[in-house]
Order: sequence, then structure tokens, then C-alpha cells
Amino acid sequence: MTGAGTEPRSVLKITDLVAGYGGGDVLRGVSMQVREGGITCVVGPNGAGKSTLLSAVSGLLRPRLGAIELDGLDLAGLSPRQVLRRGVVQVPQNHSLFRDMTVRENIELGGYILADRKLTARRAATVLDAFPDIAGWAGKKAGSLSGGQQRLVEFARAMMLEPRLLLLDEPSMGLAPLVLRTVFDAIRRMSAAGVTILLVEQNARAGLRLASDGVVMESGRVRLSGTGREVLEHPEIGALYLGGAVSSG
Amino acid sequence: MTALLRTEGVGKAYGGVHALDSCTVEVEEGSVAGLIGPNGSGKTTLFNVITGYAKADAGHVYLGDRKITNAAPDRVFGFGIGRTFQLTRIFASLTVLENMLVASPNGRAAARRRAMEQLEFVGIAGHHAELAGTLSYGQRKLLELAYVLVADPAVVLLDEPAGGVNLSLVNTIADRIRELNAAGKTFLIVEHNMEFVMGLCDRVTVLDSGTVVAAGPPAIIRTDRRVLNAYLGDDLPDDDPNPGERA
Repeated sequence: MTGAGTEPRSVLKITDLVAGYGGGDVLRGVSMQVREGGITCVVGPNGAGKSTLLSAVSGLLRPRLGAIELDGLDLAGLSPRQVLRRGVVQVPQNHSLFRDMTVRENIELGGYILADRKLTARRAATVLDAFPDIAGWAGKKAGSLSGGQQRLVEFARAMMLEPRLLLLDEPSMGLAPLVLRTVFDAIRRMSAAGVTILLVEQNARAGLRLASDGVVMESGRVRLSGTGREVLEHPEIGALYLGGAVSSG
Repeated sequence: MTALLRTEGVGKAYGGVHALDSCTVEVEEGSVAGLIGPNGSGKTTLFNVITGYAKADAGHVYLGDRKITNAAPDRVFGFGIGRTFQLTRIFASLTVLENMLVASPNGRAAARRRAMEQLEFVGIAGHHAELAGTLSYGQRKLLELAYVLVADPAVVLLDEPAGGVNLSLVNTIADRIRELNAAGKTFLIVEHNMEFVMGLCDRVTVLDSGTVVAAGPPAIIRTDRRVLNAYLGDDLPDDDPNPGERA
């Protein structure tokens, strides 16, 4: 599925990425691209390396081999802070708000590296406009919110830096189906606002339906890629989850 | 067929969340049974209920004819159910051999000999004098397997024996399970590595959201639509499952 010249360009280009913890490699030569303005959804069975991939991109895990290029500049080896300054913002899998601080304070903290109070206040106002639900809870302690509400605040906090690339690690984790709808709608809205998104999702069906592009990882490698629809309807996706022979691709 | 281990209609809720709901799972004597399911489907909770680490709200657990529902972990172990944990629970600052002897109930020389035999069996006897904390992750899994085997349990429950383990050790672990099974040992294994589960187990039970959605031989499970649906997740409320058909 390589493309014609009219395709959007890639914001992120990962080439032959090898990374891991301790003695073993979790990522064993991952190559993939994230198209500008799209939602690229990475799915795959447990242990496939999905979250490790995000950690490598955001600088939390130093790659052993390979390249991670953001708009043509290599991120590999940069610190998380340096990666953040390049505009790559990650929303982690586990809830990460400061529970005893208000929602507004949490969102403002997303602008910490801006080191500019006026700019931070302006951005916070813009972000709250974009997430009208949140405005109603702005004065509440973050710890008093439901899991789904906390997820939305985490999204809003990430938007404070006007990210070039937003990394979302399993945003549906632990959420009830109805809440999931709200969270996925929020992802869709951030995308519609022009943010390029790399989404790792355990609910493969919902994630791939939302996404413009899909990638299936298995055992640290990319095994299928295409549009979200193509990947979801691929006859071999079952074998990738439940085992069995699949050609690598 | 004789079920050596059986859970019957087991339910377990944490707060308002049903981790297990009417969960009936049977493990035939002398078999290697697998328990699979997506993240959060209740596999480890079922292990915890069987082994007394969590209390069932409903249903029963039987070992043979004996009802062992909600017995304390040490009693369950005494009844003959040994288990390992997803994240190994070893004593990092004791030697490998000392770890083995912690679990050992009887006399010193005999216990030591038996412990060394088990370490030989799993292939880490050469490390017996080293601190357990210096072992690789895979070797720790092998130590835990050896440690559980010391008490010669009737049923061995393994929680992700291949998780995070490199390929050659995964094969070693699978081979040791096969050998033990050939000698009559019964296993129930939770594992995400499908090749491992499907290659090793006689029968696989699939959990999704705390309920059993399928059970049967690996070849059947692999092609079961309900199983694939469990792994791929549900469509969101309102998502049109067949958007292509509108056009």
C-alpha cells in the first residue's frame, strides 16, 4: 500500500526499530509511518510491543537500533523532554492526573514547558473551548472524576502543547462501553481539529473503525498494515490474535 | 472424563464490576488445560479464587470430590493445588537453592536432594548457589516452576509461564510441562502466547468479561468466531458494523 504522490506526507517515519528491556528485544525491526492529519491505530495481541513502540517514540525507552523520524528529524536517543519539545505528546495508559489538584490546574500543567503564564492561560482557554464538557468540571478535584472524565481531561492537557503528534496509549482501558463512545468521539474531534494521532488500542474493532490507517503488530513486528478498514477486514487478523501461520508483511 | 479441578458457577465482583460471572471451568485429570482471554477477562481472578487468594461471591470450586471453595491459600496448597504467579514471587536475596528450601516441608538432606533434582529438571541447577535476584526473567519462571513442584501438587496452575521469556526458554518451559504431563501431572495454564497454549494444551477455555465464551480443543478454539470477537473487542454503541453496505 505504497502510494501516489497525492497522499498526505508522513509526520512520523519509523524504520527497522529495535528496542527492549533487559536482555530481550520487544520490538524486532518495526517499520511504519504515520500520515499527517490521520489517525493511525496500532493493534495486536498482548505482548506484541504496542506500548513499547510508544515508549520508544516518546523517548521513555532508548531504541537499540533503527530510526524514528519526526518530520525528517531523528528522535532516537533524545530525552523525553526533548521529544516533547519537538511536539510529540503522549497520554499514558494509566490515569496520570494529579488527583488533589483541580481539573483546570491539571490542564494548565500540560503547558508547563511553555514557561509562559499568559500563553498557558490562553491555551487553557482554547482547550476548554474545544472540550465543552470539561468546562463544567474545571473547578473540581481531578480525583473526583470518573475514569472516562479523567481520560478527557488527559486529552485536554495533552492539547495544551498543540501537539504535532499525539500518542494515545490504550485510551479505552478500563472504560465501560458507553463511556468509550465519549472518549472515541473526543479522539475524532481532536483529529478533526488537525492533530495527527498515533493510537494504540486493545479494542481492535473500535480502534480500527475510528482510524484512517491500521497496523497490526505481533511479536514485535508489523504483520499487517493498510487503511483501518482493510486491516479490520483482513482474513489473517484472526490468526494474528489466535495463533497460526501468517505470512509476514 | 473426570474433572480433577472444577469451578462451578463462580462469581466474583470488585465494587460494581463483575470480574467473574457464572464461571464453570473443568480440568480433566492428566490433561494440560489452557485458560485464555483478552486483558481483563478474569483469568487471574479465577486463579485467585481457585487458590484462595480471592473469595468467590458465588459458586464453588472442587478438587476431585472435595469442595475447596474459599479455603485459605495454604490449605489449598495442602490439598494439592500449586500455582505460580504472573510476576514471579521469589526471594531475590536468597540463593536459588534457599528459595527451593523455603517451600520444602521435610527433613534437610532429603529436602536438599529433592530441591536439587527439581533444579536439574528445569535446567537451572548450575545456578543453585547464586542469588535468585541475579536470574534472568525466564530463569525466575523456571525457579518458580521448580519451587511449586517440590510439594508434588496434584494440579499445577501456571500464570503466564511464557510471558516475557525469550524463545529458547519458552521452549524449555513447554518441554518440561510436557514431560511432567506425560508422567501424569495435571496443568491449568493462563497464557497470552497463543503458539504456546495451542501447542501444549489438550483443551482451551476462553474467558471474556468474566464469562466462558468457548471451550474445546485448540483447533476448534482457533477458528471460533466468538473467540475472535472476544479478542478484537466490541463495536462501540452506535457504530455501524457494516458501513460498506450503506453505499
